[in-house]
Amino acid sequence: MQEFVTIGTNVTRTHVRDKAIGAAIYTDDIRLPGMLHGRLLRSPYAHARILHIDTTKAKALPGVKGVITSEDIPRIKFGNWRLFPDTQDEYVLAVDKVRFIGDEVAAVVAIDRDTAEEALSLIKVEYEELPASFDIDTSIREGAPVIHEAFPNNISIHRKVSHGDVEKAFAESDYVREDVFHVHAISGAYLEPCASVAQCDYSGKITLWTSTQVPYIVQCLLATTLGMRENDVRVIKPHVGGGFGAKMELRKWDFCAAFMAKKLGKPVKFTLSREEEFETGRRRHPMRIYSKIGFTKDGMLTAKDLQIYLDGGAYNAMGPTATFLCGNYGLMLYRYKSYRFHGQHVYTNKPPASAIRGFGSPQSTFCTETQMNMAAEELGIDPLDLRLRNAVHEGDVIPELSKIGSCGFAECLEKVAEASQFRKKRKNPKKGRGIGIGCYSFISGGVFNWFNTQYPFSAAEVRVFADGTAHLLTMASDIGQGSDTVLPQILAEELGLKMEDIRVTSADTAMTPQADLGSWGSRVTLMAGNAVIDAAKKIKEKLFGAVTAHFNLNVIHDLECKNGKVYSKGRPDKGLTFGEAVALAQKFQRGEPLVERGSYTPRGKGLVTPAFSFGAQVAEVEVDKDTGLVEVKKMYTAHDCGTVLHPQSVEGQLEGSIQMSLGYALSEQFVLEGGKTLSTTFLDYKMPSAMDMPESESICVDTYEVEGPLGAKEAGEGLVSPTAPAIADAVYDATGYRCYDLPITPDKVLKGKTKL
Amino acid sequence: MKQLVTLNVNGNTYSLAIDPWRTLNEVLREDLNLTGTKLGCGDGDCGACTVLVNGRSVSSCLTLAVAVQGKEITTVEGLAQSGEKLHPIQEAFIEHGAIQCGFCTAGMEMSALNLLKQNPSPTEEEIRTAIAGNLCRCTGYYKIVEAIGDAAKKMKV
Repeated sequence: MQEFVTIGTNVTRTHVRDKAIGAAIYTDDIRLPGMLHGRLLRSPYAHARILHIDTTKAKALPGVKGVITSEDIPRIKFGNWRLFPDTQDEYVLAVDKVRFIGDEVAAVVAIDRDTAEEALSLIKVEYEELPASFDIDTSIREGAPVIHEAFPNNISIHRKVSHGDVEKAFAESDYVREDVFHVHAISGAYLEPCASVAQCDYSGKITLWTSTQVPYIVQCLLATTLGMRENDVRVIKPHVGGGFGAKMELRKWDFCAAFMAKKLGKPVKFTLSREEEFETGRRRHPMRIYSKIGFTKDGMLTAKDLQIYLDGGAYNAMGPTATFLCGNYGLMLYRYKSYRFHGQHVYTNKPPASAIRGFGSPQSTFCTETQMNMAAEELGIDPLDLRLRNAVHEGDVIPELSKIGSCGFAECLEKVAEASQFRKKRKNPKKGRGIGIGCYSFISGGVFNWFNTQYPFSAAEVRVFADGTAHLLTMASDIGQGSDTVLPQILAEELGLKMEDIRVTSADTAMTPQADLGSWGSRVTLMAGNAVIDAAKKIKEKLFGAVTAHFNLNVIHDLECKNGKVYSKGRPDKGLTFGEAVALAQKFQRGEPLVERGSYTPRGKGLVTPAFSFGAQVAEVEVDKDTGLVEVKKMYTAHDCGTVLHPQSVEGQLEGSIQMSLGYALSEQFVLEGGKTLSTTFLDYKMPSAMDMPESESICVDTYEVEGPLGAKEAGEGLVSPTAPAIADAVYDATGYRCYDLPITPDKVLKGKTKL
Repeated sequence: MKQLVTLNVNGNTYSLAIDPWRTLNEVLREDLNLTGTKLGCGDGDCGACTVLVNGRSVSSCLTLAVAVQGKEITTVEGLAQSGEKLHPIQEAFIEHGAIQCGFCTAGMEMSALNLLKQNPSPTEEEIRTAIAGNLCRCTGYYKIVEAIGDAAKKMKV
């Protein structure tokens, strides 16, 4: 095991001071001279043909500077899955048809927000309402309303994975069960509503500040939709108030701000309201999940047949990835001797679902883990033992997909059982109390290049200076998770510097190295971290060369950078300070500064991810026998995220995931009626407050991931998956009610309880 | 018709002509460039816009600017004594890792100040109650609760 200096310590997080004093600039905080304000006109119908749009009155309103509809802008379809243009199904402003309540129809730019808002009410749109579909069953029925003409059966993506003979395995199994689960949509519910500010200079080049997780993707797709060259568009990510997956696409206000800034010659800002966020914002996919699993009588898994319909809403968004991933998650965690998956992404006339923390995993894992718990009971095997018998281990090959480099799953199970006294508490039930378990395995970034980037997946540039400092440039995006802290932390470790010796510049497409696919799928620490190490290694070679020459060392000397020095490991007296070594190396280059670029692209890593993380979680609940209200008393977590780079941040991620998953399990949901969202405020949406949080105890299981930077891999995103099944299992333990459809609301508990 | 108002914010006096329907949040952010106070919902649900008026916390998104004339308004920018000397609440938020994306931070800190002014030794339950109107999606509130408890201790010294 490697010994670290900076890694594994709670260095003060970059920017945290600015955030504490209110000085950190988020997109809506940006004010530019002469700036105009934009608002979007949205469809009041779930499915309708646009017959005519009259913007005359809106344009005539004093203070209005511009009104655009699809007539005024390039009609170019866009979407994140650039590799498959058929999946790119969105126009910036609706062309001919609207497909959900909230679909963007027109944009207004005016001298202030109130004027823009007033102008929206003066735009007259004539619609012809069409029959609409609000659920999977209606959409896939014969004769259903066709939402996109190119997909007459409303299924936009099919994904199949299989290995082994599933049917034969079922026939030979001692125990087989089939279940259908329904899981619902939740909001990312980041505190910062989406916003963008665009400016156009006199040569026609655009600068866009936007609340995004993916500046590079926004740059590319904005250039495409504007009909411009990529280098003519600069995207800067200011501080971002959370994203959780819902800010990982080019959004329509990005385009409208840029287009109008160019057209009007003035900066333009769009900021969404919270109501718009809840009515139209990206959300987690509701799914209908059919799963059949088989076991031998001693509890060994034989086969799994998983069929998932994803309710994608009106457009694909990140749905294709969710369709792929929920099938992959169905296959992770346990050794399935045979497996068959069919995922289908279905259009409905609702706001598009996309990526929300976990990306297909919370849904798929809810099914996997609930079935494991049900099977354990029916087979008469302890649920922990059943999992231990089937758990994947280091070196396992997931057929057709990937190889597991490091795995602490079994240890997680044992540790969480011990901490929670799961077995003992299960055997000695208390009235109204229950204990349950759920597990997960997650990815450290994806290897499939759906965006069709022409650059490495992640890149870093490192510049070092004779004053003993370094400058790290990376397009990786800190959206609150802390990449602006852990990436310089990795560099500090590699170069033997202190955090305060490193300046970090990130997420500016014109200034930071091409490219980075963004913050999603828990890819940043592993991928951008490896890019930093790659660049640091090249810097070190130059410094080692300079020190070797300076002391006329034998070329076999092993050198290192540590504690601000560069020296021979065998002869530590033969060394220079970091700054002296840089100065010397710079002289060797006749003044050229020491600048190195590093990159990372997963190659030969199968079809899923370069590294897998694992964990197990136990929930203890108390259920009120009269009201059916579930109170989660305590969550116990053991997780394996490889080397823990910044313990406080890892813990913070874990604790945040408990809040989000608690909401997923018990309280958060969109209430829709005829495609119209009724829960448009935080008050109605019901995400957990500080009063709702259970106690939490967590354990990090020590592993070292060879593919990860300094042994690290994913932390905190996968954890969003085991919580709901663990809580559901605890509710079952307490009440006899087994949840097949999230969330677990009091009425379902009261109707379903068999004891209590 | 605009009204002339005088606002006392963080010890500074500002004379402004504003429309009577504008909220304190809008005036702080747009007229006074005090953008540390955020707007998370505009409904008074999330608490990101919390400021103190005469020492008590209010949602600046639900407060009209004209209604707080002559009152002492404190925003997050008024917490630290200087760029170097932060308020104990801010120091505690930093040390305990209570800040991730940072969007709820200003409101959380102001609610914490409101609590600690009235109750210098709160229990954990009292801290949770005090920030029940401040939503956070990143932290699960654990480290925020810890930070406020620690700030209470720091403020007594």
